[in-house]
Amino acid sequence: MRIRLEKRREPSRLMQALSPIGAVAATMIVGAIIFQAIGYDGPDAVKDIFFTPVLASYKWQDVAAKAAPLILIALGLTLGNQAKVWNIGAEGQYILGALGGAGAAILTQDMQGWWIVPLMIVCGMAAGALWAAPVAWLRNRFGVNEILSSLMLVYVATQLLNYLVTGPWKDPHGQNFPQTAPFTASQRLPAALFGQPFPPGLYIAFALALVFWLVMARTEYGLGVRVVGEAPRAARYAGYRASDAVWSTLLISGAMAGLAGVLEATTQSGQLNLGFPSGYGFTAIIVSFLGRLHPMGIALAGVVLAISYVGGQVAQTTVHVPSATAGIFQAMMLFFILASDVLVRRRLRIEWGAGQTKAARA
Amino acid sequence: MSLTLVIAAFLTIVNLSTPILLAATGELVVEKSGVLNLGVEGMMLSGAIAGFAVTFLCADPELADKLPWLAAAAPWLGVIAAAAAGALSSLLFGFMVLTLGANQVASGLALVIFGTGISSLIGTAFVGVAITPFDSVFPESLAAHPIGRLAFGYSPLVYFAFLMVAAAGWFLNRTRAGLVLRAVGENDLSAHSIGYSVIGVRYLSVMFGGAMAGIAGAYFSMVITPLWAERMTAGRGWIALALVVFSGWRAGRLLGGAYFFGVFMWLELFAKANGFATILPPELVKIFSFLPSQFWASMPYLMAVIVLAVMSARGRGGAEAPACLGKPFIPDA
Repeated sequence: MRIRLEKRREPSRLMQALSPIGAVAATMIVGAIIFQAIGYDGPDAVKDIFFTPVLASYKWQDVAAKAAPLILIALGLTLGNQAKVWNIGAEGQYILGALGGAGAAILTQDMQGWWIVPLMIVCGMAAGALWAAPVAWLRNRFGVNEILSSLMLVYVATQLLNYLVTGPWKDPHGQNFPQTAPFTASQRLPAALFGQPFPPGLYIAFALALVFWLVMARTEYGLGVRVVGEAPRAARYAGYRASDAVWSTLLISGAMAGLAGVLEATTQSGQLNLGFPSGYGFTAIIVSFLGRLHPMGIALAGVVLAISYVGGQVAQTTVHVPSATAGIFQAMMLFFILASDVLVRRRLRIEWGAGQTKAARA
Repeated sequence: MSLTLVIAAFLTIVNLSTPILLAATGELVVEKSGVLNLGVEGMMLSGAIAGFAVTFLCADPELADKLPWLAAAAPWLGVIAAAAAGALSSLLFGFMVLTLGANQVASGLALVIFGTGISSLIGTAFVGVAITPFDSVFPESLAAHPIGRLAFGYSPLVYFAFLMVAAAGWFLNRTRAGLVLRAVGENDLSAHSIGYSVIGVRYLSVMFGGAMAGIAGAYFSMVITPLWAERMTAGRGWIALALVVFSGWRAGRLLGGAYFFGVFMWLELFAKANGFATILPPELVKIFSFLPSQFWASMPYLMAVIVLAVMSARGRGGAEAPACLGKPFIPDA
């Protein structure tokens, strides 16, 4: 028997739509088998990770709180992924976003007004973009691989956060704990809006998903980014400059990660401490791929990944799986979506023996 | 600056450089074959937990009574297990990018997330236990002697790392198999058309890289701190990836690069221990202690960015990189 991959003439639209669903389903099945094999209740773990957060309405607020930053970061990353500019350091830009917001909060400590939160958000987005700027500059100026440089800056951002919350920004009334002063009422956003258990970040995320969709599908800019990624040479002839795509995608993804960070700080944590980095910046990469680099897909995928986070915590208390479980499920999802990606562009052909061939249009 | 201090610094630098040297040697071979495996950090963590777990289980006191040889061989078995775990996890990546032709960047990241998760999962059973560190196997009189330590005071893995750098350099540049491997990385289509198995060569390279990363991870859990802690490799896998670029894809330069990073990693520990006071005049100490410890902790990563910029500028946008690096190869028959 031989397994061969054959090129399709056209990418399969059906597979494109079905593959994320297949990836999630495959993750559930394989996950259940693995966890059963290592001595946990596999089916129950899968049930708690993927279904309990959806079925239990009191978990929705948790899911929404985690979906918002994931969708925001992933939207920005998708633009870069389409241009094949790999920003792997969104986690660092997310931390900087929170730091930008916290910096504005410290300056406005004794003030009141509706303008404070918007100011924090602007500072957060600017800080996130600023953290991505050297990555773009180094790539354009010296040809530095953006994957490595953006990732290295995550570790620098973590140390910067560590320095600020243990040093200059430490809460003077905080009994020496490494944390900033709690944000005041004027510096906070409510965790739920309009009587629904969803934070403002989620509404912003869905609204921005629409904006990104329009920009990517309908504007010259969106087209340029895709052409630079898919056919760099054609892009040059058509007048799209790759260096512009590097700058714009990195600055936008940095600002989006910064937005996610500052919203997290002002909505959820209410102050910064050493535990602020959450890994959302890395998980958002999975969201981007699971959402098939499409803004609407990303909105859905962000919710799915958020469910797996919350469900991972549920499964910890119910079937006593370790805290790392959610990460394993998330990695499996990424593996399966990447594997199924292949089926969009290629057809799997299984040849039995020499004479007869059976095509599996899986 | 006393002699003992210099010796201590040297030993620490060697200790900190060895894991990135091991992992980078593996990754160099992988990249030479045209594959970019960003999953080094994940493979290192897989190796770290496998090495620790096997060493701990083999050194079990009850077993040691019945099978004394097993306890003696425990660290060696641990290293073999680490290599196997690294190679096994790299196979997952290999299947994705080589058999299925999936995106290498994303698959590498998936491997990092997977390795982090699986090592934490297995590691929950090993939190809070310790093993005997895999230290020098030379006679005490040599290994503990103040000067003798410089030559004999290291874990066997340190010598193994040197050996592997030399072996990788020799293999890539002096052997026929190495030539084939480089040809696959430089021009996969030509190599394929003269009958070499591009995918086969790349599978072997990826597995070698995985095994080396696994051993590098074991260096953390078996030598540097003989304990298990989640994410204990702390981003050193990424430094190893930068080191390969730094070396300009040449084995000989890995050594210097690893020690370059080693110096900055040592400075972090040195600054934390407030060691500047012991070597610098008071005026300079003031300047150095003005810089917070977090500055020193971020130095290796900042230096990596700077070094990447310098190397990329000299290499004119990575002209020294293998031509097929990161590109999928699927022969369309």
